[in-house]
Amino acid sequence: MALKLPIYLDNNATTPVDPRVVDAMLPYFTEHFGNAASRNHPFGWKAEEKVEEARETIAKLIGAKSGKEIIFTSGATESDNLAIKGVAHFYKEKGNHIITCKTEHKAVLDSTKRLEREGFDVTYLDVDDNARVDPEAVRAAITDQTILVSIMLANNEVGTVQPIEEIGKITREKKVFFHVDAVQGVGRVPFDVEAMNVDLASITAHKMYGPKGVGALYVRRSKPRVRLLAEIDGGGHERGMRSGTLNVTGIVGFQAAAQIMIDEGQAEIERLRGMRDRLRNKLWGALDELVLNGADDPWRHPGNLNVSFSFVEGEAMMMAIKDVAVSSGSACTSASLEPSYVLRAMGVDEEMAHTSIRFGIGRFNTDEEIDYVADLVISQVGRLRDLSPLYEMHKEGIDLKSIQWEAH
Amino acid sequence: MAYSDKLIEHYENPRNVGTLDKGDDTVGTGLVGAPACGDVMRLQIRVNPETQIIEDAKFKTFGCGSAIASSSLATEWIKGKTVEEANALKNTQIVEELNLPPVKIHCSVLAEDAIKSAIADFREKQKKQEDKG
Repeated sequence: MALKLPIYLDNNATTPVDPRVVDAMLPYFTEHFGNAASRNHPFGWKAEEKVEEARETIAKLIGAKSGKEIIFTSGATESDNLAIKGVAHFYKEKGNHIITCKTEHKAVLDSTKRLEREGFDVTYLDVDDNARVDPEAVRAAITDQTILVSIMLANNEVGTVQPIEEIGKITREKKVFFHVDAVQGVGRVPFDVEAMNVDLASITAHKMYGPKGVGALYVRRSKPRVRLLAEIDGGGHERGMRSGTLNVTGIVGFQAAAQIMIDEGQAEIERLRGMRDRLRNKLWGALDELVLNGADDPWRHPGNLNVSFSFVEGEAMMMAIKDVAVSSGSACTSASLEPSYVLRAMGVDEEMAHTSIRFGIGRFNTDEEIDYVADLVISQVGRLRDLSPLYEMHKEGIDLKSIQWEAH
Repeated sequence: MAYSDKLIEHYENPRNVGTLDKGDDTVGTGLVGAPACGDVMRLQIRVNPETQIIEDAKFKTFGCGSAIASSSLATEWIKGKTVEEANALKNTQIVEELNLPPVKIHCSVLAEDAIKSAIADFREKQKKQEDKG
């Protein structure tokens, strides 16, 4: 089979919609288009019935007891905002302290920053050089004012999986709510809100081969019951926690995507890990001076490979492999001209952060694509290193850190 | 980011990549930028001391596509020029030629700095020669 270009290897950013998901959604655009809040006719009943069914499927995917614990949102950013601000605003009389970590997604960090401006205290825990949070650091940070801990399941940039189960034990013991941004990890790494004592969890459809624009927030209903102050008012949908007409078509797609994860997830994990390791082995077999960013198995997302190609700047690398869609932690690819804050928090040197490339492998990639990408990357790294004065100096044995560089 | 065809052409087929002997008294070397900032340029010139004409220019660059293209263009332009002429080259000429987007203007500044730094190195070496003589 001829290889089709460009190749999509940015599945941590978003995923294509699975054709089976599209098929499930189509009738809900034209035939069953009712408003799930219309209580007085069959169009509304059909929509509501399907939405309730979807809640059950999604609950099952994350190990929740009941579909009633699933609140639909517009996506994970909204879920993170609702979880963090909603809990903070509801429980502010009880305490004003929140704990999170430096490598969280901006949807979490920007939410806690806003709360800081409102007078909340926020602790941003450090991570180790694999981007892992120490559960004991969470314990040590908890005070009598702490109301919420928010730690992600798997990091979107470097694929590190956090010790959710250990943190959940601590937060339960200390009677502090625990929110998990589970966007990247759900279905790919073990995640179970009951077994792991998670009280709130954010997920989104478009990272699991569902449509964009629909997400969910798991909100525990018992032992302990979590309450939220709604961020969006009007109509009292979703048990008053999130008003707005439900995106029924999107929710149907979300359900179909979740069902595929439940049915095929385990086999898919093996496939993703196989392709990731195939890429990794080829690169490491042919090139020197590579650094894997993030934790290794079993604490790594099976589809994520984040590599620093020393002495080769990330944006130049992306231009060199322009038929392959990847992303980079290099400042040159960001509007802010700052290198990745995740890599910096892990203690990665700025110069190494500039050379990082994230390969996000997904359901629709093939071994042929992986081989093509590996060969292309190997030849282009060679070309760019021939162009790199730093590689030449390194080969001459010059310690680049001994040079007085002029920052500009 | 959409780059100009000229920029992409220089990036894909950079001119004058290489290394001159930095121990040679007719060679000036400029090394500018910093790895932590994501770009380092090394630009070298070989000058005929009699005519002051730049007979050869080489570069190596660690940096984004714009940085590589800017340094490639810079070496192409200064070859055959006198040191005086090369020293007068302005970064804005590179910006115009490659149609650099605003966030990449620093790449052209770096290229100008690299030329000036290589020329300064050459002149210093020549001065030492004269002092010796």
